[in-house]
Amino acid sequence: MNPNMITVEKVSKSFGGVRANHEISITVPEGKITGLIGPNGSGKTTLFNSIVGYHPIDGGSIKFEGREISNLKVPQIARLGLLRTFQQTRIYGEMDCVKNMLISVPHRQATMTDMFKGYSAEQKEKAEALLEFVGLYQKRFLISGDLSFGQQKLLEFAMALMNDPKVLLLDEPTAGINPTLINGLIDRLKRANEEFGITLLVIEHNMRVIMNLAERIYCLAHGEMLAEGDPDEIQNDQRVIDAYLGAH
Amino acid sequence: MFDNINLLTLAPVLNVQLLLDGLFIGAIFVLAAYGLALVWGVMNVKNLAQGEFVIMGGYLAWHFSTLGIHPILSMPLVIVIMFAFGWGLYISIIKWVVTRDLFTSLLATFGIALVLQQALNLAYGPEVRTADSGFATHAILGGLVTVAEIKIISFGLCIVLAGAVITFMKTSRMGQAIRATAQDARAAKIMGIDTERVYAFTYALNAAICGAAGVLVSMIWVIQPFYGIPHSIRAFVIVTAAGLGNIPGVILAGLGLGVAEQYSGFVLGLEFQQATALVLLLLVLIWRQIQLAQHRQVVQ
Amino acid sequence: MTSDNTLQTQGAASQAGGGKIALNPDRTPFYVYALILAFGIAAPFLFPAYTTQVALLWLMILFALTWDICGGQMGYNSLGNIFFFGAGMYISAVVQVGIFTDVGAYTSARGGEQLVLDYGDYFFSLIVGTLAAAVGCVVLAIALGRIVFGLRGPYFAIGTLGLALSARELAGTWQWIGGGSGIAMPVYPGLPHEKSVVFYAMLLILAILTFVFLRWLYSTRFGLAINAIRDDEEKAEAMGIHTLRHKLVAWSVAAFFLGMSGGVFGNLTGFVEPLEVAFPAATFGIFMVVMALLGGKGTLWGPVIGATLFHIVKEVTWTYLLGWQWVALGLLIVVNVVFFQEGIMGWMQRKWPERFGITVDQRMSTSGGAADAKEAGR
Repeated sequence: MNPNMITVEKVSKSFGGVRANHEISITVPEGKITGLIGPNGSGKTTLFNSIVGYHPIDGGSIKFEGREISNLKVPQIARLGLLRTFQQTRIYGEMDCVKNMLISVPHRQATMTDMFKGYSAEQKEKAEALLEFVGLYQKRFLISGDLSFGQQKLLEFAMALMNDPKVLLLDEPTAGINPTLINGLIDRLKRANEEFGITLLVIEHNMRVIMNLAERIYCLAHGEMLAEGDPDEIQNDQRVIDAYLGAH
Repeated sequence: MFDNINLLTLAPVLNVQLLLDGLFIGAIFVLAAYGLALVWGVMNVKNLAQGEFVIMGGYLAWHFSTLGIHPILSMPLVIVIMFAFGWGLYISIIKWVVTRDLFTSLLATFGIALVLQQALNLAYGPEVRTADSGFATHAILGGLVTVAEIKIISFGLCIVLAGAVITFMKTSRMGQAIRATAQDARAAKIMGIDTERVYAFTYALNAAICGAAGVLVSMIWVIQPFYGIPHSIRAFVIVTAAGLGNIPGVILAGLGLGVAEQYSGFVLGLEFQQATALVLLLLVLIWRQIQLAQHRQVVQ
Repeated sequence: MTSDNTLQTQGAASQAGGGKIALNPDRTPFYVYALILAFGIAAPFLFPAYTTQVALLWLMILFALTWDICGGQMGYNSLGNIFFFGAGMYISAVVQVGIFTDVGAYTSARGGEQLVLDYGDYFFSLIVGTLAAAVGCVVLAIALGRIVFGLRGPYFAIGTLGLALSARELAGTWQWIGGGSGIAMPVYPGLPHEKSVVFYAMLLILAILTFVFLRWLYSTRFGLAINAIRDDEEKAEAMGIHTLRHKLVAWSVAAFFLGMSGGVFGNLTGFVEPLEVAFPAATFGIFMVVMALLGGKGTLWGPVIGATLFHIVKEVTWTYLLGWQWVALGLLIVVNVVFFQEGIMGWMQRKWPERFGITVDQRMSTSGGAADAKEAGR
């Protein structure tokens, strides 16, 4: 039984002449929270996009639950239980929150006839419960496009939870959030991990958040793996400090 | 069909005829395509009325010829009129569409195309017309290839016009402003460029280019109120195949399309000549889609 | 966000229950349906001279509704749905003629050979032809959809337009189906006025079927899924939705009803010709889009309202503005697209959101005051 949800082995990706990722290897253990940090341009989002299937990789392998996924397309990977959230927060802006939730039910076993059904009472209850979990219950019938940015981020998170993912890749979940509200978000992330058992891989710029959240952290710089370890090791790693402060 | 292909191999000189005719008409296609690429690249407006602008230019030239002015001499007049017309269209309609989604601009320009088609039909009737240029036709290569003088003149004028526009874009202030706005409209605005003027000018310039192309079409080919759509399709095919900003590609694609049409007309029959642009459009779109699928895009 | 950072307990949520959530429930009062149905049935008897005009109204409603499935609801704005209208027309014609005689010989006779049938044969062939058109168009939609739905945005619009125009060219050159001259349809075995009423009824029934089907469809997950594709297709893909499946089904539904309407219309006209009758891309083809936009795309009633208004205006201007009607039409398109893209329904939903079951936050609503954040109209 493979203890690692995701295994990235020596993955490389270039865009034109730019080497965004060079032979990166990381492992995301099941049930844990893993962090991915690095200064701007270090290749974090590229790695994310490679994992979820947004582009083919130039070399290496990406395995999810032991199965090679680097040749699969985005919807296929999503249906296996590997979801991602977006840095700019993407939701269905013309529909209300409840509908955003309902359409996010898992499509793993969806057959042709499933397309034409309604939603069961359990699904509707789960949608409302998750909206409650992120604190959007009062606003559940509002058009999601009218929500504030922070509220949309929470909605996107709730939608991801609705999909029963095994792993959730979060792209800068606290970006653009009012500092006073960040604690609430961290708590919910932790609860999602502990209570729902969802494995998390998180890109973060906010050091306080990621050190608080992750059990293991990888640091990228210039497209290469710089350092890896638990939060204490990373915080005290001189190379990491240099990379962020730009001293080289 | 195979008899016709045989004919081409048995009498290779026929190829020369098809090639020449294709190049002469293809040069005009290049003009219209360049105008479309200009508007598309600068304002992200896909002008479905492109063909109607061409036809309108043609009718203006024809009209002037009935007043006694030779079509070639009327070209400067037509250019000025079409420029003003384009500017007017921008201020009244296109201005509101520039910031909206792409389908809106498509439909809006389609509406303009409809109005123009019908207006021209009302004004000039549905007969097919040509503006008489009164030039001679020569037979070369042992009498098997006919070359009309006017076609050579038209080709030359295409080169002159294209050269003039490209020089303008490279050297004049407005030309530079246009290119800056095309690259980044917001940055251009911050740097003090009046983007509204740039947009109006670009759209008007496109109309003028199309008008000039239309003058040539009226002389070496035919005009008819409803022949605008094929011209629009051709321009789209060329721009989609070559890609925005790829001037050599546009020239190649435009000339190639002209030649392709001549060949398909000869080999398959005249009805298929009209369908060539359509078939190529579908092929180009499919090819483009395959390309995109292979290099799956990265999302922010 | 809640005003504090505490997490709510699970208990509060489960009290709300799932029963109050419904997908796109239809709150249209019963009397509206009754009135429309009454008008529909009575019209040929009240206005016998205008039977065909009112029949065309039902056709327009079908046009607008089928365009909106892919357009307003799914965000794929097609300029070439007329393809299915013409394809259905030709399929039906070929099947109808083919039942009784050799198609190739019939078309090359160019009207020299006339098909005079009795009632039984006529209606048999008409029904079979129409059903064949429906099936054939669905097959075409699935086959062509795989190619066409890879195109996005304006390329999809141009691609579908190209498809319709190509079909028109093909039909015009394919001699077996009549080429430029087209196919003469079997002669109706009764009096002209009877024919008008019969075809009126068929178009009315088709329009009703389309509306009822869509009303159901939009209340299922399918409706939600295509809205999601419209709002953010890449997000939908990232959430695992089978987007291609949904797109093909949506287009197939449109093709199904459009194909049947084409079959019926070909018989109504009496002959099938590629340029003006089967593939009128610049008229019917564009009307489809304009009507849906006018009435409000993405809603169930929007296309109906838009089609009705458009048809009435068109009939009136055609009679009184002869010569300038196309200019007026073109202007209408431009004005609608540029200045009024939300359409009538969109405008009404913005002014009175609660009446349409849309909840607006008190602090955010422009009308302010009475608008309440509690669920309205449920």
